[in-house]
Formats: sequence, structure tokens, C-alpha cells
Amino acid sequence: MRDFTIQLLQMTLVLALAPLLTGLVRKVKARFQRRLGPPLIQPYRDLRRLIGKDVVMAEQASWLFRVAPYAIFGCIWVAAALVPTFATGLMFSWSGDLIVIAGLLGTARFIQALAGMDIGTSFGGIGASREVMIASLAEPAMIMIIFSVALIAGSTQLSVVADHMLTAHVGLRVSLALALVALLIVALAENARIPADNPATHLELTMVHEAMVLEYSGRHLAMIELGAAVKLLLYMSMIACIFFPLGLAGGLSGARVSVAALLLGAATYAVKLVIGGALLGTFEMSIAKMRVFRLPNFVGGALMLSLLGVLLLFVSRGM
Amino acid sequence: MTVLPELLASGYRVGGHYPWPCAVVDETLWSAAAANLASGALTLLSLWGETGRIHMAVLAEDAPEPIAVLSLDCPDGRYPSVGALHPPAIRLERAARDLFGLDAQGSPDDRPWLDHGRWGGATPPAASYPFLPIDGAGLHQIPVGPVHAGIIEPGHFRFTASGETVVRLEERLGYVHKGVDTLLAGAQVPRAGRIVARVSGDSTVAYGLAFAQAVEAALGIVPPQRAVWLRAVMAELERIANHLGDFGAICNDASFSIMLAHCAVLRERVLRAAAHCFGHRLMMDCIVPGGVGGDLDDTGLAMLRDLVVSLADAFEPLVSLYDNAASLLDRTVTTGILKPALARQFGAGGYVGRASGRGFDARRMPGYAPYDALTFAVPVLTEGDVNARVWIRIHEIRASLGLLEQLLSGLPEGPVLMSLEDVFAGPGEGMALVEAFRGDVLIWLRIVDGHIDRCHIRDASWFQWPLLEAVIEGNIVADFPLCNKSFNCSYSGHDL
Repeated sequence: MRDFTIQLLQMTLVLALAPLLTGLVRKVKARFQRRLGPPLIQPYRDLRRLIGKDVVMAEQASWLFRVAPYAIFGCIWVAAALVPTFATGLMFSWSGDLIVIAGLLGTARFIQALAGMDIGTSFGGIGASREVMIASLAEPAMIMIIFSVALIAGSTQLSVVADHMLTAHVGLRVSLALALVALLIVALAENARIPADNPATHLELTMVHEAMVLEYSGRHLAMIELGAAVKLLLYMSMIACIFFPLGLAGGLSGARVSVAALLLGAATYAVKLVIGGALLGTFEMSIAKMRVFRLPNFVGGALMLSLLGVLLLFVSRGM
Repeated sequence: MTVLPELLASGYRVGGHYPWPCAVVDETLWSAAAANLASGALTLLSLWGETGRIHMAVLAEDAPEPIAVLSLDCPDGRYPSVGALHPPAIRLERAARDLFGLDAQGSPDDRPWLDHGRWGGATPPAASYPFLPIDGAGLHQIPVGPVHAGIIEPGHFRFTASGETVVRLEERLGYVHKGVDTLLAGAQVPRAGRIVARVSGDSTVAYGLAFAQAVEAALGIVPPQRAVWLRAVMAELERIANHLGDFGAICNDASFSIMLAHCAVLRERVLRAAAHCFGHRLMMDCIVPGGVGGDLDDTGLAMLRDLVVSLADAFEPLVSLYDNAASLLDRTVTTGILKPALARQFGAGGYVGRASGRGFDARRMPGYAPYDALTFAVPVLTEGDVNARVWIRIHEIRASLGLLEQLLSGLPEGPVLMSLEDVFAGPGEGMALVEAFRGDVLIWLRIVDGHIDRCHIRDASWFQWPLLEAVIEGNIVADFPLCNKSFNCSYSGHDL
């Protein structure tokens, strides 16, 4: 019962916090541009506004176009349910591990790309082809990162990984550092952030993610935007729980966690998100977007780093 | 060479045309001029029509009278095409046909240009506009605009791409046609001035200046010295404000938005100073034929002096920020290269020409007061890429700050406006070539009885838009916004 409560709490939490994190990143970027920026809760208001609006459908849209937003959101939310935020020992952990997370996110992207091409506009096609090009490099990198982590922790389940990382004997490892850098690159590319994509651009010819969702409106767009926000939170939680599990409530193998530990976990989680959001905003302000054809080098770099991490682990378990 | 004097000598010199000569020519001479344009001996400045007559302004930088207008009577509405030999004339000829029904015989492109079939004439609706055909495996078309995702002017871009690589770009303009030529015909001079100042809002000072100079040339008057200097102050302020805006906007198109934020602050300072000193942020209608609308008082003078100092201090850190942002330079260097030969052929002005080795600047050549009394550098680069166009803007901002310093310290005393009441009658024909921030703006007009009989305006964009099509070829689709912003052509100034 307690497990179920914690699981439910975490699933609600990601949904509730995701727009706030998006708002925070926007706020940080606005402050760097010497603007006041929209209030932190603006993404919630946007969602409410979008949900209240009528949906405008393209004439050529098929059933896929209508179903896609819910399917995309569903995949991402379920994936997010598998990532420990403030406590490990998630009830759903037994049903899905890191590879399932990667698979769910891949499914969401696949549906998104299909929906982008469904209405037959040229921008949808451009966006879909660019997205898939990025994904073809980011997904293998993700798998390699999972392997390095799994080789160290002995499991692909995030709860177990996080618990293992909490123990002191993991220490500093080269392979983990490589995996971290690789995961950061993958996270930037997957979440359509600068330098891979620019979530704030109005230039339709340069868009990747935005080009695919140009034709969406109303509640459909709200689902996609919320999905994107949850995805950002998911990646941040994942990086936090694997590499910075400090304060995470939990313990090995079913030991009961106290309420105090849960509260501490929640507090440290909030701090981690604020730091993560600020770092992301700062990074985005300090760099220009890459040329589309430079992206393979960038994301390919993540693949090489993660591969190197795995190889190092085969050479020596201690690295 | 002496092509231009020969042409003028062969034609019939017209009186009452200032400050450069005008000759009525026959078809043979007209075609000879077109051949000289094609060979590069002359540069086309503009080509425009009026009922039953076609005019062409040409430039020969080495001639004693560097500019001349050639006029050809064509009562039957037909004249030999210049565009057939010299491609830069094609769009001007298409516009002349749409506006005045003059047919260029032998033109390689007989499609309408400004006329989108909405004027009730014979032109079919815009939807049936025949874009150039494409043929090839794996090519696909991407139509963009005229309505864009951002708040910019309308224009249609038809990309033919092979994957991400652009094979061809075709532009379709004319969406902001507002009938400027017709509005100006018959207008009183002051009213015409107000219309001209609104043709392209970001260059309103340059347009006002060109119009005033053309009117003054036609009427044979010289404005007060102080007014001439104040005009230059405004022109340089406008140049700085626009270049700052472009500098930030180009970087923003590479998602380097911090530069846009900083440049917007500096641009705002310029605009506020302009509002305080001249009563309008963009200094619209401040330049009038005969002088300037208002004088600059001592507080305004002090304010502008402070502005120059503070801008110079705040601008240099931004330049080094640009120069040290490797990710940004990776986007701008070698992107959208304009070859010097093309820039020369099209007579590209402004930063587009100067980034590709064409050092033409109307302030130097043919030159006008007070720039002959001032020292300033005209930066020229040869790389022709987006980075070069950014650097031209940076150098020009520095040069303009230097010019402002000289202008403010040497500002002569005296009246700033002379009455034109007794000289307005005319008749007379005048023209002016003025350096706007985009490049040279040409205005040619004829005054009869205090009214504008015909006024032709040619923005620098007329020769820059076609080059943008050439520049993007072989680049990737996603780099178009960057190339486009580095050109920053005017839609409104082009569509008239």
C-alpha cells in the first residue's frame, strides 16, 4: 500500500512539476536577456488556455493525427513513472527498466514523426526527417549509457541503480563520467534544446520539434506541450537519480523508509531541479544553435563517449 | 573608358535635369547601353517607366559625370529589353510592365511581378503564377510564406531542395504593393514627401533625404548649411540603429538570443535620443525639401554627444562577444557566400556589396554634402559570407560613430529651413542617390506646377533580392533564415 502511495505520488508529482520546470528555464533565459520574463506559472496558464480552445484540424488529417497527442503523452508519462524522483523502490520498477524507458520514448517519437508527416505539409516532413536523424544517433547512445550504468550497478532497473549509486563503494569512475557527458548530450538533443533545436524559435525552416507540431492546436497541442515538459523533467530526474542520488529516500530491498527520509528526498529533489533548470538555461544562453549537419557530430560524440565507457568497464570493472 | 560620355553625346541632351545629365536616345543607343551594362562597362542604377516612355539610370564610376539617365520614347508601349542582355534589369522591367504597360521586347521572363491579379486587369490571379519548373529525381518543393511564423513582412519563397540542400530558391514578392507611384503622381510636394517617408519605415531618414535632395536638385536650390549637417546626423543615427538591430537579429537567428537582447538595449538608446532631439523615434518627416523640420538645441546636442560616447563603450564588448563565440561563428562563416562577380554585375549596394568586394558607397560616389568635408572609412571585405556582412555592419557602426563625433563638433550655425513658396512651381527634373543603411536609394522625380508629375523610387533591395536567390544555392534549408537576415532586404521598399 505504501509503495503504491509513493508511486502514485511520484506520478502526480512529475505531472504537476513539469510545467514549472519549463517555466523556470524560460525565466532563467529571460533574466539573461535582461528581460523580466513571464511568471513561473505561465506554462500552466498556457495549458489551461490551450485546453479551453477549439481544435483546428487540417483537412487531410487522419485518425492518427487525432490520436497521436494522447499516445505521445501516455508513453512519456508512463516512462516518467519508472524514474525515481525523490524516493526509490518504485512499485512499477518490476515491470519496466531503463530499456523500457528508452523504448517508450522511442515510441513517442515514432508516433510524433508519423503525425508530423500525416497532414502532408512540407514542414511536418522536414521536422520528422530531422527528428529521426537525431534519434538514429541518440538512441544507440542511450542504450550504451544504459549498458555502462548496468555494468556498474548490476541492474537496468533505475530504482536498483539509484540504490546502488547511493552506496559509498561506487566511488569515482571514468566510465560514469563518460556516461554522464553522453547522457547530457542525449538529453539536450532529445528535448529539442539549443544547440540541437531551439524551442523558442519562430523560424519555421530551422525547426525540428516545433515543425512537427506546427499543425496542432487546442487540447492536442496542450497534450504535446505537457508531454514535452514531462520529458524534460524525466531526463533531469534520470540524470539526478543515477549520477547525483544524494538525499534520495529509499534503501535496499524493501526496507521501510521513514516519512522524514521522504521529506528530505523531496526537498533535495526540488533543489536538484532548480539547479538543473538554472544550468540548462545558462547553457542555452551561452551557445548558438548548430548547423543541422553538425548535429550528427554532436550526438555521435555522445555515442562514442558512451561506447568508450562500456569498453572501459570491460577492460576493468574498477574504471 | 568613356562609354557614358559617348552615349550621352550620341543622344539628345535634355535640359532641366539635375544634377546629372539626361539624354533621349533611340532604340539602337538603348540597346548599345544594354550591351555596355552586360559587359560591365556600366552599372545599372534603375529602370522605370511612365506612360509612353522608359528610363534607365546608369553609373560609370570613372566618368566625369558618373551618373546619367537615358530615356527612350515608346509610344506603342514596346522597347528593346535590357534584361535580355543584363539580368539585373529583369524584375524592374516586369514591374514597369505591371505598372505602366510597357512591354520589354525579348525579355526572358514575361511573367507579372508586382501585379498579383488583384487590380482587376488582365493578369490571372496569383494562385496561377507559374513558378519555374523543376525536373529531377529526389527533388521536392517547400513553399514558405507569404505568411510567416514570426512577425515579419510578407514574401513567398519557393524552395526546391534535395534533402536538406537547396537546389533553387525562387522569390515571389509584391504582397505589400500599395500604389506608391500612383499616390505620388499629382501630389503636392510636401504631401509627396510624407508619402516617400513612409515607403520603407526603417529607412525613413534616407528616403526623406533622397526626396529632399531630388526636389532641391529639380528646383535648383541649396538648403542651409546647418540643415545639411543635421540631415547627416539623422542619417547616421538611423544607420547605427538599424545596424544594431540587424547585428542582434542575425545572431538571434542562430539562436544566440543574448546578442539580440543587448543590441536591442543599445538600439533603444539611439531611438530615444532621436525622439528627444528630433521629436520622432525613427525621425520620420524630419527632413523636408528646403532643410529640416526642427533645429537641434543645446540639450539635444549634449545628449547626442553622450550617446556617441556611451554607445562606443557598450558596443565593443558585444563585438568581442561575437568574435569569441565559436558556436556562433561556426554558423556565420562560409554560410551564404555571394561571389564578388555577381555583386558587381548586380551593382549590389550596402553591406551586401561591400562584403563581396564592391566598395560602392553613395556618400563617396557620387558623394553629397556634408560627407565631402568629413573623413570616414568605407569597409570592404571579399569573403561575401554571412560573417562578412556582419563585420561590415560592425565596421559601419564604428564609422558612423566617428562621423557623428565630427558632425556634432563641426555643426555650423544658421537657419535650418528655407521657404520654397516662390520656387515650387518648377518645372524641373531631379534625382538623388543617397546611402541608406541597406545601400543606395535612388529617387528620380519631375515637378510641374508645384506638383509631383512622376516620382520613381528604387530601394537597394531591388538588386539584393535576386542575389539572395543565388546565395542560398547549395546551402542547407535551415541556413536560409540566417542568410536572409544578413541581407535584410526591404519588402515594402521593393513592392512599392
